[in-house]
Amino acid sequence: MSGAVGRPVDRVDGHAKVTGGARYTAEIALPGLAYAAIVGAGVPSGRVVTIDAAPARAASGVLAVLTHENLPKVAARPRLLPSLLGAPAPGQSFFPMQDEVVHYFGQPVAVVVAESHEQAQYAASLVEVAYARTPSVTTIDEGRGGAYEAERLFGGLMPGREERGDAETALAEAEVRLDLSYRFAANNHNTLEPPATTAVWEEGRLTLYDSTMGIRASQLTVAQLLGLPLSDVRVVTHFVGGGFGAKAMTWPHVTLAAMAARHVGRPVRLALTRPQTYTSHGHREEQEHELSLGATRDGRVTALRHHKLSITSPFDDWAEPATGVSSQLYACDHYQGVHRLIRGNTMTPTFTRGPGETVGVFVLETAMDELAHELGIDPVELRLRNRAATDPRGNPWSSDGLADCLRLGAERFGWHGRDPGTRARRDGDWLIGTGMAAAAYPVAFFMPAQRARARVYEDGGAVVQAGTQEFGTGMLTVATQVAADALGLPMEAVRFEAGDTDLPNTSAAVGSAGSGMVSAAVHAAATALRDQLVALAVADRGSPLYGADPAAVNVREGRMLLRDRPETGEAYGELMRRNRLADAEATGSWSPPPLDTPHGLLTFGAQFAEVAVDPELGLVRVRRMLGVFAPGRVLNPKLARSQLTGGMLWGLGQALLEGNRMDPRHGRWGAANLGEYLVAVNADVPEITAEFVEVADDVVPLGIKGVGEIGQVGAAAAIANAVFHATGRRIRELPLAAELVMDPPGTPA
Amino acid sequence: MGIDLSAEAAPRRRTTVRGPSDEPVVLTVNGTEHAVNLEPRVSLLDALRDRLALTGSKKGCDQGTCGACTVWVDGRRVLACLTLAITCEGRQVTTIEGLTTDGELHPMQRAFIEHDAFQCGYCTPGQIMSAVALIEEGNAGTDQDIAEFMSGNLCRCAAYPGIRAAIRDVRDARAPEPGATGDGG
Repeated sequence: MSGAVGRPVDRVDGHAKVTGGARYTAEIALPGLAYAAIVGAGVPSGRVVTIDAAPARAASGVLAVLTHENLPKVAARPRLLPSLLGAPAPGQSFFPMQDEVVHYFGQPVAVVVAESHEQAQYAASLVEVAYARTPSVTTIDEGRGGAYEAERLFGGLMPGREERGDAETALAEAEVRLDLSYRFAANNHNTLEPPATTAVWEEGRLTLYDSTMGIRASQLTVAQLLGLPLSDVRVVTHFVGGGFGAKAMTWPHVTLAAMAARHVGRPVRLALTRPQTYTSHGHREEQEHELSLGATRDGRVTALRHHKLSITSPFDDWAEPATGVSSQLYACDHYQGVHRLIRGNTMTPTFTRGPGETVGVFVLETAMDELAHELGIDPVELRLRNRAATDPRGNPWSSDGLADCLRLGAERFGWHGRDPGTRARRDGDWLIGTGMAAAAYPVAFFMPAQRARARVYEDGGAVVQAGTQEFGTGMLTVATQVAADALGLPMEAVRFEAGDTDLPNTSAAVGSAGSGMVSAAVHAAATALRDQLVALAVADRGSPLYGADPAAVNVREGRMLLRDRPETGEAYGELMRRNRLADAEATGSWSPPPLDTPHGLLTFGAQFAEVAVDPELGLVRVRRMLGVFAPGRVLNPKLARSQLTGGMLWGLGQALLEGNRMDPRHGRWGAANLGEYLVAVNADVPEITAEFVEVADDVVPLGIKGVGEIGQVGAAAAIANAVFHATGRRIRELPLAAELVMDPPGTPA
Repeated sequence: MGIDLSAEAAPRRRTTVRGPSDEPVVLTVNGTEHAVNLEPRVSLLDALRDRLALTGSKKGCDQGTCGACTVWVDGRRVLACLTLAITCEGRQVTTIEGLTTDGELHPMQRAFIEHDAFQCGYCTPGQIMSAVALIEEGNAGTDQDIAEFMSGNLCRCAAYPGIRAAIRDVRDARAPEPGATGDGG
């Protein structure tokens, strides 16, 4: 059957997005809408001594000023758990404006509500706050002395330490040993749509229009914070302007919007300003890594010790886990991974695309490049030599593909015959280098059951629903494709609806798991509906299919047909009209395999890059990038390629542009806008290709391993390795700043 | 392209101070006149989005750094977040909503869909308004030109390769008969 799945169809929401018709959260028009503006703390640590709201309250159009003095207390403080779990998921366990204490710069100390956006913004500037500042810690350097080993990470979900064999002894005995230290600046997501929430109370029930990657997470979190029954909280989101992890958790502004709306008795919109996005949701934390690698002379890795040190908030042990890949990618009997933390005056950091592993893999894959160089082994060959055939427990991979990705990538990129010597190629004033890296990203399975609903009308149209969200991944499109195939209908006959917690529930679409788990639920619902109608037909004396074996019935173009006699059959509509059914409906659910499934769960890939470096100016220009990935079933290659190349370009940004630092004097971000926090622009972007290696996987949902993060993983390492190849300069710090890349004065050309 | 100097637009030339409270302002957007009351501090972007329900123009930064709010004023691309609405009296404002003709997509809109030149779609209206203007300006001659002159429009999903391909397509489709289809302004 020629289905919709696997075809490069255009996005079903393309028309809405190119015409301006797609409505994002801050664009929902409501009668009587009022506007809220947050006043953020001007110090990183201390307490509010006095807060004078009188001038703001007196300003034109102001409806209310909320501070810790008049904001009601929250009913509970749910613990921090990843939103994929389907439980309340506050981004941090701390909720602001409950007392006078300030823990981080920008922490909300007041919320102003006014008739217009301009009046709210202006009045917010009139709120006068006096602080008693106390000493703050906002950088690793300031807090190094207080570092401690994290027992558990991620709200207790993951151990802080991972160990097998005896890494110390194996390192001491290794024929070759590398001891390497790395530094990484913090990263900020900068979704182009700043997070926003509009809250409406009607007869005690709350509706939130929220810019989120998980409407269910918003519902559960806000209900618990406000002590509301879940049935009284509905969350709606039609379109979300980018996620990347920034909107994976429910941050305080969402609940503050609800509290402000309740206070003024009107709908309230709270849209973060661009600078406020830096202090209203978490970030990728500043971190340092130390990697010790032991190997034999012929390049077999015998020991790895991977330690990470990072800075978290005063309230939560959060580190993006960085050793999930470095502990598994290569066959190595002796491994030690440790996460150490410093408590500082920042928000709790959070998921940022490729959380943890994109940094962990940078460390591992640049170290492997150093090993290859040291031993005179080709970098691709070194990876093939160390590739793990199973996971560390000896379980087979649910699906693999790493070797094929490496080989196909090397061939397509023209890797063979590469001169491994540094500073070997030139193009005018530019030094040319090439680099590569392996890529891998864990497949996450800790979500609860996912549900969807399918309905067919007697006129042949179908509506399929799930409470998921569209934030650019193409969820609306791929779910439509999956539903169409399962129902045996053309895509045009199917409308997929999402973005409302009144629909069957799914978890937040995070961890590259969204399209897989939602597709699986949609598939289950649509298949259940098809089976229901086929069962009705074979039991209906009026049907040409009467008495047939249901297993012998196919559905195609809205018709149920006998597989071996396709001229015998009827359309859904004929059956339904005869049975006086205006529509038929079914729900379906999908549950993940058990957490102890005897399979290794990684998605694999390989990254290749070519750079040009001006050694006098330290300029790096990426000339081309190639990524080859094995993400299992690809529902829509057009959309999957977009997401993969988008991820690869996040890798380019990570390598060359993106970095933020706390200014320790003021305890706040050095950059808090898109003029100073650099992201890749059109002119930074080279020729770029993403290719697929097909792997069949019957462990993951519908064979889908996801494409959300794997595109970024390894891309920065390939670029840094190419910079080394071009310049001979090994930089163990991101971003690769010009002053680190350039030749020291007096270097011969 | 003519600036309307008719009597109705005369308030623009008043020497008296206007504001700080609401002032009656007439904005001509996509060929339609809208009479609104605005404080002089209201940006063109907020006037479009919050007063005229034209939410196609996006607010990504409100600081002139991202390009998501790109619209045309008298045929030139401007950042609506850095433009005061009251200064647009008597001028022709064109937004993404004005790009379709009788429900028919502009070739650039079709090309964006075909080349999957967006993911989340939030930067897309600004990208398209820039892209169409770019060709009009004659700044889409080479790939390098396109990349350079489109660099004021950030796309965090990084759909840049698709954006460039879409612009190339539209440029090349026009090239054989230059000036054959006047888009007006």
